[in-house]
Amino acid sequence: MFEGLCFAAATALLAALGGLIASLVIGGWPALRKFGFGFLTNATWNPVTDVYGAAGPIVGTLITAALALLLALPIAGGVAFFLTELCPAVLRRPIGTAVELLAGIPSIVYGMWGLFVFAPIFAKYVQLPLMTAAKPGSLLDTLTTGIPNGSGILPASIILAIMILPFMAATLRELLASVPPGVRESAYGLGATTAEVVMSVTLPYVRTGAIGAVMLGLGRALGETMAVTFIIGNSHAFPKSLFDSGSTIASTIANEFTEATSPVHTAALIALGLVLFLITFTVLGLARLMLRLQEARS
Amino acid sequence: MLKILGAAMSAALLLAAATSTQAAGTISGAGATFPAPVYAKWAEDYKAKTGASLNYQAIGSGGGIKQINANTVDFGASDKPLKPDDLAAGGLAMFPTVIGGVVPVMNLPGIKAGQIRMTGANLADIYRGAIKKWNDPHLAVSNPGLALPNLPITVVHRADGSGTTFLFTSYLSMKAPHWATEVGANDSVQWPVGVGGKGNDGVAAQVKQTAGAIGYVEYAYAKQNAMTYALMQNKNGAFVTPTAEHFKAAAANAKWASAPGFYLLLLDQPGADAWPITGATFILVHTKQADAAKGKEVLSFFDWCYKNGDGAADQLDYVALPASVKDLIRKSWSKVTGPDGKPVYR
Repeated sequence: MFEGLCFAAATALLAALGGLIASLVIGGWPALRKFGFGFLTNATWNPVTDVYGAAGPIVGTLITAALALLLALPIAGGVAFFLTELCPAVLRRPIGTAVELLAGIPSIVYGMWGLFVFAPIFAKYVQLPLMTAAKPGSLLDTLTTGIPNGSGILPASIILAIMILPFMAATLRELLASVPPGVRESAYGLGATTAEVVMSVTLPYVRTGAIGAVMLGLGRALGETMAVTFIIGNSHAFPKSLFDSGSTIASTIANEFTEATSPVHTAALIALGLVLFLITFTVLGLARLMLRLQEARS
Repeated sequence: MLKILGAAMSAALLLAAATSTQAAGTISGAGATFPAPVYAKWAEDYKAKTGASLNYQAIGSGGGIKQINANTVDFGASDKPLKPDDLAAGGLAMFPTVIGGVVPVMNLPGIKAGQIRMTGANLADIYRGAIKKWNDPHLAVSNPGLALPNLPITVVHRADGSGTTFLFTSYLSMKAPHWATEVGANDSVQWPVGVGGKGNDGVAAQVKQTAGAIGYVEYAYAKQNAMTYALMQNKNGAFVTPTAEHFKAAAANAKWASAPGFYLLLLDQPGADAWPITGATFILVHTKQADAAKGKEVLSFFDWCYKNGDGAADQLDYVALPASVKDLIRKSWSKVTGPDGKPVYR
């Protein structure tokens, strides 16, 4: 009986996954057939002429997720190490709770905060000074061209970083706390500094889980919809700078699905969903591969 | 705790059961989000008067068209009118309910609402990136005596597919041949320049936060947020303010009688008072009703709204249809028939 239930639960999950892939492929087929491989490489997204290419949203998704991870990972690591290694017991609880609370905020709240609070401040104190400081033709100039209104690729990445930070920090903290005190204390006993203990004892101890935590964050960043839609500027073209408007796969679907009337438009949006699914799948696959390679090496 | 949870769940189940039994006698509709507030208000008033209820899901015009074609709802709603050919192919009848207007709004330091005058051609040139600065000589032509600042123009458009964008881009296509060939008109288009905001509030926020920005929003939104609007030049050459009377003027002058299936964009209508970017929102029903009684219920609801709903529409900053148009619509309902071939609404 118990065995049967467990088996049913596991196969139901597989069936749901298979069904999901099948429906995405079938739903997106008209667009995939019409545009072929060009769907992935073409940056034209024109609902008037019914020509769709997903290159802009794909690039936008990858850049924002990577930037968000780059920004969030050091901070999440810092929070987790501080809470497990250095934090006075009095502070541990409130900081831990705050991190978990941040993780529970709905994404649309981040989006609204991003648009109404963060964007004006970011435009005034970061974007404008950077744009005025940049010499024409310099690398900084290329990176900072755009409209100084606090929306674009970099602001969206920062909002994403804030969103995935608590997830990664909370998971990393749990992982570090799971390191047996004996292991840590013997390292200290050998005269290691806190940094040395973290870098060469506790972190390697939880390596597998840590990569999992990072992937969890990356997964959320790749698929995040509402917050990004609010602040990314929503242009389907290739983003040319950090402050340029862009779009992600999820934001494009959210923006256009309700009003898509032509069958090819709907199919193109479903095909976008399939692409996002494949990207997430690839990222997870790569993480597995990395882990396996590391294990083989050690 | 568990007990409370259990009680709450059974209450929810009871409620669900109650609403589903009630649903047998209700009209269901789905579609456009723009008129959803006024449909909700009408439904509330209608229920108070007659006891019959309406279940309207604001899932977007595209969804509304799909749902009525799939026959899962009694009526569909769309901000974008279906062409007569599409109506015939789907076996659908279409009629307008309320009118709305699209208003260009801007953020120009030192310039107040209604001070700047805009022509359709200039608006199109701004939106395709040909006019880049506010002190462009083309803008100065229609604004003699107004000191326009030396500011770059930031173009803001809707990021989500929207009937507002359809009206706006249709208008630009009418006024500027360049726009028609390079961009075109649709719920969402490939914008040559600018940033996209999600919804009216997203566009408004982007405009408010960027000096030199220009955007377009629904009239109700511009009014309720007291945004800086432009005067638009209409077909007669007059520069008019975006107000309910001027939308009504556009609707009154339109030739509804000669528009098959009420396919009519109220854009650039003649008349000294007509606001040029005006449009109606539409209802779609099947011309062959499988259930005559249900079809009659739907049309009776809208008949009641035309008779009693103007006040509610005004309050919510929609513009009611002129009486002459309402009469035309009632006449058009004769083609909505039951299984026996007789009109369901008499």
